[in-house]
Amino acid sequence: MKANSLIRAALLLALFASTAAFAQKKYDPGASDTEIKIGQTMPYSGPASAYGQIGRTEVAYFKMLNEQGGINGRKINLITLDDGYSPPKTVEMIRRLVEQDEVLFVFQSLGTPSNSAIHKYMNQKKVPQLFVATGATKWGDPKEFPWTMGWQPNYQTEGKIYAKDILANHASKKIAVLYQNDDYGKDLLKGLRDGLGVNGSKMIVAEATYEVSDPTVDSQIVSLKGSGAEIFINIATPKFAALAIRKVYDIGWKPVHYLNNVGASVGSVLTPAGLEKAVGLVTVAYLKDAVDTQWTNDPAMKEYLAFMAKYAPDLKASDANNVYGYSVSQTLVQVLKQCGDDLTRANIMRQAANLKNLQLPLALPGIKINTSATDFYPFESLQLQRFDGKQWVLFGNVIE
Amino acid sequence: MSATMMPAPAAPAPSNRPHVIGLLVLLIVVVALPFVLSNYRVFQLTLVLAYSIVLLGLNMLTGYNGQISLGHGAFYAIGAYTAAILMDKFGVPYWLTIPAAATVCLVAGFLFGLPALRLEGLYLALATFALGVALPQLLKYKKFEEWTGGVQGIVITKPDAPFGLPLSPDQWLYLFTLLVALGMFALGVNLLRGRIGRALIAIRDQPIAAEAMGIDISMYKALTFGISAMYTGIGGALGAIAVQFVAPDSFNVFLSIAFLVGIVVGGLSSVSGAIYGALFIQFVPNIADQISKAAPWAIYGVFLILCMYIMPGGIAGLVGRAGGIAGVVDRIRSRWSARGKSHS
Repeated sequence: MKANSLIRAALLLALFASTAAFAQKKYDPGASDTEIKIGQTMPYSGPASAYGQIGRTEVAYFKMLNEQGGINGRKINLITLDDGYSPPKTVEMIRRLVEQDEVLFVFQSLGTPSNSAIHKYMNQKKVPQLFVATGATKWGDPKEFPWTMGWQPNYQTEGKIYAKDILANHASKKIAVLYQNDDYGKDLLKGLRDGLGVNGSKMIVAEATYEVSDPTVDSQIVSLKGSGAEIFINIATPKFAALAIRKVYDIGWKPVHYLNNVGASVGSVLTPAGLEKAVGLVTVAYLKDAVDTQWTNDPAMKEYLAFMAKYAPDLKASDANNVYGYSVSQTLVQVLKQCGDDLTRANIMRQAANLKNLQLPLALPGIKINTSATDFYPFESLQLQRFDGKQWVLFGNVIE
Repeated sequence: MSATMMPAPAAPAPSNRPHVIGLLVLLIVVVALPFVLSNYRVFQLTLVLAYSIVLLGLNMLTGYNGQISLGHGAFYAIGAYTAAILMDKFGVPYWLTIPAAATVCLVAGFLFGLPALRLEGLYLALATFALGVALPQLLKYKKFEEWTGGVQGIVITKPDAPFGLPLSPDQWLYLFTLLVALGMFALGVNLLRGRIGRALIAIRDQPIAAEAMGIDISMYKALTFGISAMYTGIGGALGAIAVQFVAPDSFNVFLSIAFLVGIVVGGLSSVSGAIYGALFIQFVPNIADQISKAAPWAIYGVFLILCMYIMPGGIAGLVGRAGGIAGVVDRIRSRWSARGKSHS
């Protein structure tokens, strides 16, 4: 009898010990001792396929990371699926990832309409929709959508920063705006208007829009010049930004020219437009430009270029999209490191909302990621820079 | 058709019974599917059903009536937006949005059809193409934004099963879509097997003879366009409810082309071809993506060419041939004997 109860006690003790050991590790579907399975949708085909390289860079980054041993001994398995930038396809692919592949969370799915289509679903399912690749402002709403978080500075923030600079330096001048006729253009314009305030809105004397299917923006530029504005705000994607810069120069209009960050790539916008025509342009930035010669000897940039040469040799390292994919991957690594062995969906969101003064290697000096339970906007500060004919020159302080 | 032209054989009339039993078994399997598959698969099959209704409608127009449309994505979008706006802005229950979408698209299709049908063949294809290209931009138009939600689109809440049935929303929506699809197929079969179907085929093959026989060609053509648009709109409404979201980017011109691919691959002038075509447009892009991330559309193209090469009559044609080998043998034999007779 006695021996029996002793054995029983020992067994009980062993049981306790083992559950205690287990208690340290917590997993939701997709996480295990050896692997963290995550998913994303990307437009590898269709009208936005130029952005597909973001997904390729991210896959390459995690390949490198896994070769170096992964995170806390776990490999990252990123399943990336093509949605062709079609929202119904996004829904289908995301449901496959969540319900069939059982990923721990969705990371960097790209596109405003695509993410809108799954916004509700992800929050109903309580699966993190982390660092969505879109600059729309609606992704930072922890009250209504606690499972969704953006990453890049949103368009409204950018618009507000231009407004601040205008009010500080050019308060008496009239403003003309060109913008793409979709949510991105309107979002940025709203930020600008909000930033200018009630009186400021009267400063905007002319607005013109273009569709992505338009062949040129020549007539818009001519009519904007005709309004007599002395400030031109260029809210356009790369191709149209370049067309606008050239036209403004060619018709002899010399406004204070603000160019939005989306179109501020030296390689794909300013060079085709003509570098001499781009002198004096003002934009905001948060990441380093790989073409910019001021970063040639920057160790972080060298590391990035070495990574691209080895793991993604077929992608253009100079493209801002790849700097972006690299940086957002590093942000995720930080989140997963903070999670430790508690790889539950709730903890992923808790840690994503607990990033403090994170300085990414390819973010501009002083521009840091900060999040909290009530602040789901990782990047909120930007820096103004001016083009001197060769490169962007940072000026002023980091603006929030 | 050809059977009626041949002298009736002495053999007893073929019984309909195996056919009916086969259909019943198929129906039981189709109803049982949502209870054995995961919700994700059930969702995919719901989309297949919605697409099959669209393809049946397009097949009436293109397969039976010989009019090519490159713009049915537009009617799909109109159906989808009708359902979405009614549910989101007016709180109309989802099942009522189906007849509403049907009516709106019937009228839209008929009105578009009246002038467009003065155009023949490729010119009609271009006119419908224009519609397919234009609609997504119209949906973004500022003045409509209050209704359409602009580029942001409209998010719809997925309906729960009624009467407290122990079904997941996906299962219920599948069964609901199945019910609508069955109704639309029954209606389609009745239309096509009867006088109207014969008139449509006559207009396609011998327009002058058809007119001489007293068929009002432009009326029939416009009506066919309207009914075809109605089917497409119903499919669009069901698809929107399943996806729970509509946005202009959902209905680009590629959707219209995918529909056309669907009816050709499935089988022109064939009712069952609509189902095969729907399976193709739903699953083949996914398979292609799994084979190659770098060039999924190249793989898709290979699939498409293979289909055309191996199955010139579409999948329905192939299935029909396999099922009727005996019939084919009979036909060849009778042709040979006919030739023998003429020689003698």
